[in-house]
Amino acid sequence: METKFEIEKLNLYYGSFQALDNVDMNIYRNKITALIGPSGCGKSTFLRTLNRMNDLIQGVRIEGTVKFDGKDMYGLNYDVIALRKKVGMVFQKPNPFPKTIYENIVYGPRIHGEKNKSKLDRIVEKALYEVAMWEEVKDRLQKPALGLSGGQQQRLCIARCLAVEPEVILMDEPTSALDPVATAKIEELLKELAVKYSIVIVTHNMQQAGRVSDYTSFFLNGKVIETDKTEVIFSNPADKKTEDYITGRFG
Amino acid sequence: MKNYEKVIEKVILLSAIVATISVALITVFIFQSGLPILIQYGLIDFIFGTTWSPTNGYYGILPLIAGTLSVTIGALIIGVPIGVACAVFLSEILAKKPAKVFKFAIELLAGIPSVVYGFFGLVVLIPAIRNYILPIYQIFAPNVSTTGFSILAGAAILAIMILPTIVSMSENAITAVPHEYKEASLALGANKMETMVRVLVPTAKSGILSSIILGMGRAIGETMAVLLITGNMAKMPNTVLDPVATLTGTIAMEMGYASPTHQQVLFAVGIILFIIIMILNIIAQISVRRLGGNAV
Amino acid sequence: MAQTHLQKVKTFKNIVFYGIIGTLAALTLAALIIIISYILMNGLSHIDFEFLSQDPRKMGREGGIFSVIIGTLYVTGVGIVIATPIGVAAAIYFTEYAKGGKGVTIIRFFTEILAGIPSIIFGLFGFAFFVIFLGMGWSVISGGLTLAMMVLPTLVRATEESLKTVPMAYREGSLSLGATKWQTITKVIIPCCKPGILTGLILGIGRAIGESAAIMLTVGGSLRVPTSLFDSTRTMAVHLYTLASEGLSMERTYATAALLIFIVLVINGTATLITNNLGGSNGN
Repeated sequence: METKFEIEKLNLYYGSFQALDNVDMNIYRNKITALIGPSGCGKSTFLRTLNRMNDLIQGVRIEGTVKFDGKDMYGLNYDVIALRKKVGMVFQKPNPFPKTIYENIVYGPRIHGEKNKSKLDRIVEKALYEVAMWEEVKDRLQKPALGLSGGQQQRLCIARCLAVEPEVILMDEPTSALDPVATAKIEELLKELAVKYSIVIVTHNMQQAGRVSDYTSFFLNGKVIETDKTEVIFSNPADKKTEDYITGRFG
Repeated sequence: MKNYEKVIEKVILLSAIVATISVALITVFIFQSGLPILIQYGLIDFIFGTTWSPTNGYYGILPLIAGTLSVTIGALIIGVPIGVACAVFLSEILAKKPAKVFKFAIELLAGIPSVVYGFFGLVVLIPAIRNYILPIYQIFAPNVSTTGFSILAGAAILAIMILPTIVSMSENAITAVPHEYKEASLALGANKMETMVRVLVPTAKSGILSSIILGMGRAIGETMAVLLITGNMAKMPNTVLDPVATLTGTIAMEMGYASPTHQQVLFAVGIILFIIIMILNIIAQISVRRLGGNAV
Repeated sequence: MAQTHLQKVKTFKNIVFYGIIGTLAALTLAALIIIISYILMNGLSHIDFEFLSQDPRKMGREGGIFSVIIGTLYVTGVGIVIATPIGVAAAIYFTEYAKGGKGVTIIRFFTEILAGIPSIIFGLFGFAFFVIFLGMGWSVISGGLTLAMMVLPTLVRATEESLKTVPMAYREGSLSLGATKWQTITKVIIPCCKPGILTGLILGIGRAIGESAAIMLTVGGSLRVPTSLFDSTRTMAVHLYTLASEGLSMERTYATAALLIFIVLVINGTATLITNNLGGSNGN
């Protein structure tokens, strides 16, 4: 099994607060890895180290190594832009730009130099098709994206992310702002996307982690308590704390 | 990061520094142009000299300082109570919607060019002072006479001109008073008026004070309106109906025909004005910063 | 009994208090209405096609104000064209690049200080620096550069206010797609801020058109239509001052004042409309 990310002894500090404590983990190709744990346990922070989004926050300090495809992505002269192109992200709250549906999807490809109109059209169709939205919106591509429903907006954000042809998709509680129907649609989508992409998903929803993921990692107070195949974590966790959390005895 | 992005970042940083460079350049050039004559004539003689007659070599600016001070103080006496009352009215008494309209009106007031204020003063206020105020004044002081061009005219127009500054900053300060204070006062059985007078305004005191300082800066620096209505006589005034010349007005009026030495003297007047304004602005800035807001 | 007496005093005090506050507030509104309506009523009737299309004759005693309008447009245009890119870039620096620290505090402080410098000081500086030191003479360019410095803080503030309203999520969304910071700024953030930048621009134009003291000392007072950046000219505000102080033609003075106030009202009204209608268009 091929690893996409290898994380070793990762420590992350916001000023004097330590948000991640000695995290070791491997993330595998074409698998869905779920990160679970109580709020404030560091799982979103961890997710954001994988595309270096934490760089935006002032006063962040990182120790340890994070390797992407075998290269240390916090090393000197590492190309962050190229990294983010390969490692896409979907946020907790849908965040389409205040532009049209079409413009949202071609934003990434355009930035990376694609100018050919018919190629861009094809990219839009393909990306929307992949998130099962093409039929829904093909007649209103030039309408503002902010006019879509919350679930549609989130799928549009996934499509926007797919349009730059990433290898990995990071998802930060992508369904927490959505209703159950929209959530079900996105979960269905995740299974299909995993054929082509490696996915890391942060979720509060235990059932969701159980339903969609291949691997699950349990975070507590900035530490990774354990990482294993999802069925193992949910049926026979090695650590007592994991079991307590999964069975709802705390958190 | 791509290379051109680094260049862009430099250009952007440079743009942000332009304002700072401007302030530095202004300081250097004003001082460079006026300081030699100031030193040569003597600072004491310059500031405390009572004769301003540049064509004859007398450069005492005390009459100009007196002129500026008298119109400024007059403007504050008229403008501050009105401004603070407006701020209280806007923030505590008026409903949201009409308050918005009122604020828009205040913004319009701020947008009227100063030369228009001056012109209005010239055609309305000057005759009014001559025809209506003077007779009343003469009941008490029969020997006084005036053309209308006076401290009073300048102060009245300046009062209107500094209103927007005082109203909007004081209103911000009053609105910023924590809601709990107001509730605590009302809960103790105080009525709305007592709450405003005894809790809100005193709590917002420092914000209101900075608005007054800033308004004072505006009044001292104002040129064209004052120039048209104060009469521009560089003499020590005795009554509010006397004409005066201000620091700003004198510079604006005499720069056009001044000889090189006279020009230098006007720059020296500029130095004094610049220093006064800077001190006021810095005080206002620091107090506004401490309150965590923006000067208007 | 004492209680009722106190109540009576309180009620009386209340009436007086609200009466005074209300009167003073009404006075402010009245001042605005009187000034504007007085000038417009006396001046608008003298504005006709001839007034707008003819050059002033006999120092403004006769004729119109065509060359003065052109001069105003010219000087204002130069000032705004110079100030806008610098002001927008400075605002971008403060919101997107500045990482805090002493240096940023200092340049922010001086931007505010620049806003508080009176126009006569700008005039003196412009005269000493642009007109004399750089040898540009009394000219459109000297006045334009001086104006640019004067409106810069207005532009910075308006742009910054609107940059701050752009949700962080847009920046993150763009960066996560592999956009560079500059691409994010130009393709996502600035399009969101167009109304704010426009408001700053309009307010800057309003201030520039109404400015007189600084213009007088840097542009001069020539009544000819300027043909190059290095020509002297006259703006409407300076023209109004000259007419008013020399009592050349009351009709034309009123007309000029009315035109000036009309333009400034339209400009400021537009700015307010833009802020109110489009300011909240960033969604969420």
